Amino acid sequence: MNWSKLKSDRRIAYVAFIALGLVLAVAPFLVGAGLGNGWVRILDFVLLYIMLALGLNIVVGYAGLLDLGYVAFYAVGAYLYALLASPHFGLHLPAWFILPLGALAAGMFGMMLGTPTLRLRGDYLAIVTLGFGEIIRIFLNNLNSPVNITNGPQGISMIDPIGAGGASLSQSFELFGMQVPGIYAYYYLFLAMALLVVFISLRLQDSRIGRAWVAIREDEVAAEAMGINTRNIKLLAFAMGASFGGISGGLFAGFQGFVSPESFNLMESIMILCMVVLGGMGHIPGVILGAILLTVLPEALRYIGPLEEFFFGRVVVDPADLRMLIFGLALIVVMIFRPAGLWPSKVRRREFSSEAEVLAHEQEALYDASK
Amino acid sequence: MDIFLQQLINGLVLGSVYALIALGYTMVYGILELINFAHGEVVMIGAMVTLAVVNMLMASGVDLPGLMIVAAGLLVAVAVCMALGFVIERIAYRPLRRAPRLAPLITAIGVSIVLQNVAMLIWGRQYISFPPILPSTRHDIAGAGITDLQIFIFVLALVLMAGLVLLVQRTRIGRAMRATAQAPEIAGLMGVNVNAVISFTFILGSALAAIAGVMVSAYYGIAHYYMGFLLGLKAFTAAVLGGIGNIAGAMLGGLLLGVIESMAAGYIGDLTGGFLGSHYQDVFAFFVLIGVLVFRPSGLLGERVAERP
Repeated sequence: MNWSKLKSDRRIAYVAFIALGLVLAVAPFLVGAGLGNGWVRILDFVLLYIMLALGLNIVVGYAGLLDLGYVAFYAVGAYLYALLASPHFGLHLPAWFILPLGALAAGMFGMMLGTPTLRLRGDYLAIVTLGFGEIIRIFLNNLNSPVNITNGPQGISMIDPIGAGGASLSQSFELFGMQVPGIYAYYYLFLAMALLVVFISLRLQDSRIGRAWVAIREDEVAAEAMGINTRNIKLLAFAMGASFGGISGGLFAGFQGFVSPESFNLMESIMILCMVVLGGMGHIPGVILGAILLTVLPEALRYIGPLEEFFFGRVVVDPADLRMLIFGLALIVVMIFRPAGLWPSKVRRREFSSEAEVLAHEQEALYDASK
Repeated sequence: MDIFLQQLINGLVLGSVYALIALGYTMVYGILELINFAHGEVVMIGAMVTLAVVNMLMASGVDLPGLMIVAAGLLVAVAVCMALGFVIERIAYRPLRRAPRLAPLITAIGVSIVLQNVAMLIWGRQYISFPPILPSTRHDIAGAGITDLQIFIFVLALVLMAGLVLLVQRTRIGRAMRATAQAPEIAGLMGVNVNAVISFTFILGSALAAIAGVMVSAYYGIAHYYMGFLLGLKAFTAAVLGGIGNIAGAMLGGLLLGVIESMAAGYIGDLTGGFLGSHYQDVFAFFVLIGVLVFRPSGLLGERVAERP
């Protein structure tokens, strides 16, 4: 490849980067104007799920540890925020203090879960993490007696919104003479956090630790023989992934103003796992794509009702009932046609292409080299 | 009334149902190393189909003894679930046999969601009650009660398990199953039709699941489109507890989990001085699971084997 081509490539990359930045900057206003403020809320959730999916991606995608109870860490972060900033205990600590605390607490929980379980083989680990997630949820559900800590199934409401110095993000603010509701402000906060998480993930990926994770994923025995302390490195993956979940949980609690155990059931863990696997395990753009699709798809499927009316003249099947059915079918179809995910990394894509393709590829490379 | 004996009886009955479902998980896992997440939904479909047939027969005014009506429903349900098991494997798992391990897990979750929602579309969101047509005489044993239904469930489950062991250990297809579980490729070279064996395993597991579904819905008196989820989770826990891939382990794990659960429900309040109520019984089951796995990482009867490449 000659130098001028690379230069122009880089220029294209810059332009694309700036364009992406602009789109991200104005996205809520475009969405709000085009589809209504309900979709801006969904946009906020998309960013939240991107953070969660990237957190789980560290555990599942990088280190190859199947975690079916990831939502437990999300719950820890959310309940910590709810308990420390709501009338429930009369505590109103500031968000900038609680959010990092939530990350720390979730990370500790991750270590706590990881320490006894990390020597288990793949699927045993899956069921233990699943059990852990259920344990946390059941405790949240029942710790309202004899001492009321979590307020049981009713959950905790009137949680302080995220804010600093008396100003809160959920108030609507004025911009160019327009009243802008708080969900827009949250969008920018979540965007900044999501970008931070993306940045950390990117930096981790090629770091010494990131390469150690991948080595463990590919062959644990070989990794150990190469001098990697597999136990500590796996624990680190658990703690790191968990702390991302903890931060997201805190943001969720502040954004929603209400948490209850119902938000943290097994289906939620499975959803986040689907985002990671469907998008392309271990590949950051793929995981982001998975998170966007799986958050938007169930919402978009709400429009089935009008579609049915258009085609059949009346609502044949309640769209709410049909929504999850289509969602399940989509999961099956996508995985059958793209088993490595929608947008897998180059390395993984090569692993799954047929041997003949790989041979052809190599011969081409040889031919290029001999020229 | 003797609480200990009563909870032991309840636990064994419940546990025998868990064991039947766990067998489906463990057989599939032994051969494919796949967690068949949709298995719990097959249990649910079995219960729903039986109830539909039973209610239809009752409504048509057929004059048959209750046991016969349920048996008729059960036969239909077993047939439906066998077909379902076959189709699930064909559509969702076979195309992905060479794919990375997590891919079939996601399709399994997809199948599970689809089956749940199909059931909801057909039978609605409400609980369907099981008509009281089965004999439910109560017998007294040493201060504890046991009903005809409980005896029937327990005995039938034991007979089915014994039959399964005979099938796997003594017949030609059973030997093919064991060979495939050990080394699919070598089994294929030895003339075993691996695809047929895998299909057979799914069909067999689904038949057991259908029967278990009928047992559960008759035992609790209700069925619901969402019932498969928790049942599947518990049965899978039982399979892991016993050592997944191990048939005897699934039976042991199922019975053990049933007993642990009902003992926990009976005693947890007394043991903790009323601090923890009986709604912690599910937590208890998971704590036991984690405890067992920490000390015996391959389950109670599981062998320490290297992961298959």
